[in-house]
This record gives sequence, C-alpha cells and structure tokens, in this order.
Amino acid sequence: MPPQDTATRIAEIPEPSRLSRLLNNRNFLGFVFMLPLAALLVVFLAYPLGLGTWLGFTDQRIGRPGVYIGWDNYISLFDDSVFWLSVFNTVFYTVVASVFKFGLGLWLALVLNNRVPFQALIRAIVLLPWIVPTVLSAIAFWWIYDSQFSIISWSLVKLGLIDQFIDFLGEEWWARTSVIIANVWRGIPFVAISLLAGLQTISPSLYEAAVLDGATPWQRFRYVTFPQLTPIIAVVMTFSVIFTFSDFQLIYVLTRGGPLNSTHLMATLAFQRAIPGGNLGEGAALATAMIPILAGAILISFFGLQKRKWQA
Amino acid sequence: MAKAQQIEGGMDYLMTLPKRVVNVYIPLVVFLIVLLFPFYWMVITTFKPNQELYNLDTGNPFWIIEPTLDHVRKLLFDTPFPSWFWTTMVVSVASTFLSLFASVCAAYAIQRLRFKGSDGVGASIFLAYLVPPAILFIPLATMVFNLGIFDTKWALILTYPTFLVPFATWLLMGYFKTIPYELEECALIDGASRLQILIKIILPLSVPGLISAGIFAFTLSWNEFIYALTFISSTENKTIPVGVITELVEGDVFHWGSLMAGALLGSLPVAILYSFFVEHYVSSMTGAIKE
Repeated sequence: MPPQDTATRIAEIPEPSRLSRLLNNRNFLGFVFMLPLAALLVVFLAYPLGLGTWLGFTDQRIGRPGVYIGWDNYISLFDDSVFWLSVFNTVFYTVVASVFKFGLGLWLALVLNNRVPFQALIRAIVLLPWIVPTVLSAIAFWWIYDSQFSIISWSLVKLGLIDQFIDFLGEEWWARTSVIIANVWRGIPFVAISLLAGLQTISPSLYEAAVLDGATPWQRFRYVTFPQLTPIIAVVMTFSVIFTFSDFQLIYVLTRGGPLNSTHLMATLAFQRAIPGGNLGEGAALATAMIPILAGAILISFFGLQKRKWQA
Repeated sequence: MAKAQQIEGGMDYLMTLPKRVVNVYIPLVVFLIVLLFPFYWMVITTFKPNQELYNLDTGNPFWIIEPTLDHVRKLLFDTPFPSWFWTTMVVSVASTFLSLFASVCAAYAIQRLRFKGSDGVGASIFLAYLVPPAILFIPLATMVFNLGIFDTKWALILTYPTFLVPFATWLLMGYFKTIPYELEECALIDGASRLQILIKIILPLSVPGLISAGIFAFTLSWNEFIYALTFISSTENKTIPVGVITELVEGDVFHWGSLMAGALLGSLPVAILYSFFVEHYVSSMTGAIKE
C-alpha cells in the first residue's frame, strides 16, 4: 500500500467515541473480564472464609441463629480431649502418609523413567487410583478391610502367618494404619506422575557427564537427579500435604472417626459436630482452627523443601 | 534407529538385563498389582453371587465360580442409582462449563490484557487454590440455606467452581502465554475488538488447554463429596458418591455386592473419559504444577 494512501486513511478516522475508548481501555476491560471469576470467588470462597471465622465466635445451631459468645467455642475445644486427639491424628496422618507417598511416589517415578514396554499404557494405569472417585475406591478398601470377609486376613491365614482374622478397622492402631495405607494408595499416582514429568525435563547430558566422572548410581541420584527435582518436589508435596491434611472422604467411608475417635481428623470432627451434631458454631471454630496448622504445614513443606535449591 | 532408541531411553544401555529385572521390572509389577488390586476386587465382588461373597472357603475367593448380574440389577432397578447418576452428570457438566467460562475470561484478562494489578490478582487466585473445602463447608451450608438453594442442584453447581476455577485459570494462563502476541496485534490493527480476539483467535488456538481444563474440572466435580454430603438431603437429589455411601448401607446389613456395583458403575464414566484423554490429564496435572 503506498504511503500517501495510509496517511489519508488515518485522517479519515473519526475521533473515537467515549464508549469505544472505554472498550479499548485495558484496565476497564480487565475489570469486566474478571467479573465472573471474582463474583464466584468472592461470594463462595472469600465471604464464607470470613463467615466461618465469625461463626466460630457464635453459638449458632442448625435452625437457630447464634449470638456472639467470644472465645467460648475455642475455650471448650481447648479442654476437649477429643479435639486434641483429632489434632494429633491429623498431624500423624499427614506426616506419615506424606512421607510414604513421597518415598513410594519417587521410587515409582524413577522406575517409570526407564524405558519399558507399553510405557504409555502403564503410565495411564498408574494414574487410575487418582482419577476414580475417592469415596468409591474407599468402598473397595472397606470391603478389603472387612472384619469377617477380608481377603487380606483370609490370605494371611491360608499362608499360615496369622491365626485369626485381623479387625483392620476395629482396633485403634490397625485403623490408623489402614486409613493411612488407603490414603497412600490413592496419593502415590499423583506424586509419581508429577515427579516423572520433572524427571523427563532433566537433561541426559548431566548424567553422561556424571558417568564419565565415575559417579555411582547413588551419586547420580543424589547429586544430579535430586537437586534438579527439588523445585517440583516442593510444589507436589505442598499440594499433597494440603489434600492429606484436609482429608475427609476416606475417613468418612472407612471409620467415621472410630474406633474410640482414634481416626478422627479435624475435618471429620468438624463435620460431626456441625452437621449431624447441629452445633454449627463449634464446628466452624474447629474448621477455623485448621487454618493456622495448615498454614504451618504449607510453609514447612514448601520452604523447607525448597531451601536446598538456594543452598546448592 | 538404534541410536534414536538409545537417546530416548537415556542411560538404559548401561544396565544389564538381570539388573533391569531387579531394578525395574520387579518393582513395576509389584506397584501395578498393588495399585490395581482394589479395582480388581471391586469388579470381582460386583459379579460374585452372595454365597461366594460370604463364604470365602467355597473355592478360590480370587475368582468367580458362577458370575451373576443380580447385584447390578438390584442397583439399577431397586435403588435410586439412575437418578443419582443423572444429578451427578448435570451438576458436573454445569459447574464445569460455568468454571470454564469464568476461567477463560479471567485468564485472558490476566495474561493478555495485563491490566493494572494483574500479577497480584493471579497470585491471589493461586492462594484460593490452597483453601480446602473442609474449611468452607460449614459457612457455605448456612449460606446455601439462607439463599434458599439447599437440597437443590444449584447448591452444588454454584459452589463447585470455588475449587475448579483457580486450577482452570492457572492452566489456561499457561496456555494463553504460548500464543504469540503478533496474532493479537494483527487482529487489533484490523479493527477487531478484544472480545472478537478472544473468541476468534485465542480460543480456537487453545482448544487442547480447554479440553484439559474441562475434563479435569469434570472429574473433580464428579468426585466431590463433602459439599454434596452437606448440602443435599433428599434421597433422589444425591450425587453418586454420597448416594452410594449413605443409602446403600442399610443399618448393619451391608449389601456388599450392590455397594460394589455402585462403586464400579459410578467410577466408569470418569474412567472412560480418562481413557480417551490420558495425555490431557497428565499435561493438565503436571502443567498446573510447573507454572
């Protein structure tokens, strides 16, 4: 197009109207485009977060509006041994399950990083436990852990390792172990597939250099793989810790907090007090009490794991 | 060809066959058996007749001697399972589309409009991702009740996006980032409005991202439990996970066969969807983490 032509064109453009100027203003447009998301998150996330904190300071029950009662809910929780047991259970559950998920998940990721036949198919199968609804796979575990018809007990008896069926969900420490195993089973795929994606971004030349320098397989893992993987490990484990800490479904299906509250997590206790128990205020206080512990867990898992990156 | 395989397999060529068996194949087989066993057990239990279920010594409990469809028939015709299925489907599809709409607009605004404060908004959306539903369900229950949508599908359709939107927005932001600015500039010079650019240029180019976010959101909605358990009370409005666990367990009599059939049929839709879009699942899961 000849230059003079463009010049006449520009001259012909009328002064833009205020509306069209507004529609080209990126700040105004940004505001409009953000509206649907902001409305959803403010109304159904930020507001309930505040409302929950407020409810924790009231004695609201289902069907009856509450009044402000100050710290009473927290004071009664402080004296409540079941509450402290649930705190212990939650921390124990989170720490043990996360450690196993990390260890086994990393191992599985390293195994999958080798070239094996049907690699894509195997990777797809591995992720399956994580895709299927937790409640539904928990039902399968419930049946596997059944006190009379457990296939594990049956096999162990047939192998002659035990004399009588184990009451997996009926005894305190067996119940804790059983729910942790079910949680680890469900969490391994997430950790493994995420770490596998991280492993595949590590340049093979690093390993070749290490081999040429005479590094053993352990040294290759310790000084090449692990440092390269730490940023992803930090993020994956942070998510894993959040999901484990606030777990509800598995416990609800398998034990409902029993036996003798030995598997009650803070989330399940909050539910039990608030919904079937009708005491919304106390349940909200319990849920609010999760926030500082959760924040601490996030800080530890994120920054604690990330620190290595800066040191290296 | 051999060289290409060597590069693809990394340093595999340094491992001898017996070593590979010990280091790779045995752990792999053990992992696969453990990860798949609960599903195998689910299938076996679904098709086992009661006399085999409740007497492990009739034969080999790991196999079915006389397969039966009784449990499936009971589930489909004697329980409200079909209506739970319908509820779950409607709620999952609606909340997925609602979330995708909000996320596409927001991700475009944050990533491409770069309005004042867009970085801060992006970071706060990430923070929203860290708030677990277990903290929110009690205040949300009172809100849902006051809004008059308690025990309706709307209670779930409107609350599910709180955990779908943050994730979907981050995923789509990553996708939009890869689309060259030049395309957008050309369209602007040709006189396209921002909305036209979004619909006619950005969206068609980010279809894989939309599919990833969509199926992921669908799966998360399908699997959701605590909100559905709290906000829904009537039997026929329940979702599959809630219905199966609350309605099929009658007192102390567990109908393990139909319970397991419910678990199996309730898992099938996501499993089928998953089998068609494995790569999208993996990329959305790992993509959201890498951001």
